[in-house]
Amino acid sequence: MAMTAVAKRPLSGRLGFRLESLAVLLLLGMVMAWLSPYFLSVSNFLNILLATATIGVLGIGASFVIGAAGLDLSLGSVLGLAGVVGASLVVELELPWFVGLLGCLAAGTAAGLVNGLLVTRARLPAFIVTLGMLGIARGLALVIADGKTIYGLDPTLVYIGQGRPFGIPFPVIVFVGVALFTHYILAYTRFGRHTLAIGDNEAAARAMGIHVERHKLALYALSGLTAGIAGLLFMARVNAGDPTAGLTYELTAITAAIIGGTNLFGGRASILGTFIGALIMGVLQNGLNLLAVQSFYQQMAIGAVLIFAVWLDQTARRRREA
Amino acid sequence: MSLLEIRGISKRFGSIEALREVSFAVEAGEVMAVVGDNGAGKSTLMKVITGVYRPDGGEIRFRGEPITGLEPGDIRRRGIEMIYQDLALAPQQDVPSNIFLGREPVRRVLGLFPVIDRKTIDREAHAMLHKLGARIPDIYAEVGTLSGGQQQSVAIARALTFDPKLVIMDEPTAALAVREVEHVLDLIRELKRQGIAVILISHRLTDVFAVSDRIVTLRQGRVISEEVTARTDMQRIVAHIVGAA
Repeated sequence: MAMTAVAKRPLSGRLGFRLESLAVLLLLGMVMAWLSPYFLSVSNFLNILLATATIGVLGIGASFVIGAAGLDLSLGSVLGLAGVVGASLVVELELPWFVGLLGCLAAGTAAGLVNGLLVTRARLPAFIVTLGMLGIARGLALVIADGKTIYGLDPTLVYIGQGRPFGIPFPVIVFVGVALFTHYILAYTRFGRHTLAIGDNEAAARAMGIHVERHKLALYALSGLTAGIAGLLFMARVNAGDPTAGLTYELTAITAAIIGGTNLFGGRASILGTFIGALIMGVLQNGLNLLAVQSFYQQMAIGAVLIFAVWLDQTARRRREA
Repeated sequence: MSLLEIRGISKRFGSIEALREVSFAVEAGEVMAVVGDNGAGKSTLMKVITGVYRPDGGEIRFRGEPITGLEPGDIRRRGIEMIYQDLALAPQQDVPSNIFLGREPVRRVLGLFPVIDRKTIDREAHAMLHKLGARIPDIYAEVGTLSGGQQQSVAIARALTFDPKLVIMDEPTAALAVREVEHVLDLIRELKRQGIAVILISHRLTDVFAVSDRIVTLRQGRVISEEVTARTDMQRIVAHIVGAA
């Protein structure tokens, strides 16, 4: 019997994300362009990316953890903690700017490591652990900042939030850079493949020789690191360490991940998908702003988009499995 | 020297003694059936062999080397594969990803960035399924969307892709149609012909008698009997299982 040729991997499989979310984004963009003459411009496009950067970076952390059937509810609080740690290092201890930068990243990673250790060693549910961390990190941020906002950062740090090399906002460069690198990790490396396998069938992943506990610890640390990066961006943009920064951002970040095709129960996630999911929310917000729609309605619109996206996905899956 | 030697393996879960001083050996190219009632300790014993559980006492040697307490990945690398009753597949991943799960070959892009070598994975997965005569129309479909028989082909292909010396099958025919059962039994005979040892766990004694060389019976975590298949009969084995003899 002649051996049949190996079929080619479908495009969405090779890119590591599904094309439907991109279609939704383009459709939404076309509607907005039709409704508002200001929508289609390079500067507005950069505005959307800038407004999306912080949430987008958090959404990346959420995608990794949720992809492995975990959850990180502490993202927003850790963002706030990271900003306060970075700002107090620079403003109150008068240390150089890069110490503040590293302080943000270290604070985020440390909080993530604590989450990871509690999930893997103490075997507590991720929901409880990260809900606890949501309170602890926010409280700690308020304690460190003494309940006040820490103003007056080093100009180099402010540049990270407000600078525009080649006309592109610096946070957008960070967001795109982080997204590209983590997309590579999730879609093309063993680490990424094992992340999704753990989310899909943890017992199988363990039986196949994947170090599940070690892997989960790394994922929570990574999630904390993205909160640290987001905290740095937020702090640098507002030129202050605000202990209330990032309130409820974890929910928006999770929404971005889910709209981008991440399965809330694990096993499926893609960073390009999350990037597009974050952009869908950004475009929606931006468009409604341009149309001068009251911000209360924007929240409703995003909630509706979330439900619609999951409904669309579920229907498509049911049809495929039937 | 036997291929696999199990000596005095014990395993407790709290106050329950799941395995008590279990000992037996499997030779190369032999089909060893392990039978017993539900809760007799068969699956626990297999999970101890594959490194999913750590035994509380005893020793396991494979090709003369102690493997007790090694991690599942190490034990797979030494040539022991297991086909789990629930198949242990990742339902939202495609067929090649499942077959190479945990052992993905890696190449470097620009001599720097490690990436999974998908071309190799796709080609070898396709070749292995073809060799097994499995019909899977789209290997890039999510495994969860395949039929039960197709999913089992994926689990079998995964166990055979890395040249195992010993394949453990936990109830491989339990969920299959008659024609598919015959296919699995043929596969066991083919493995034996190639000198690969098989441990077969099954409730279906007809299957056990059709392919096995020896039969070990477990009851309440103990080895009750070890018999040569050709020199025993179904009634005796049933009596061992239920404890009537």
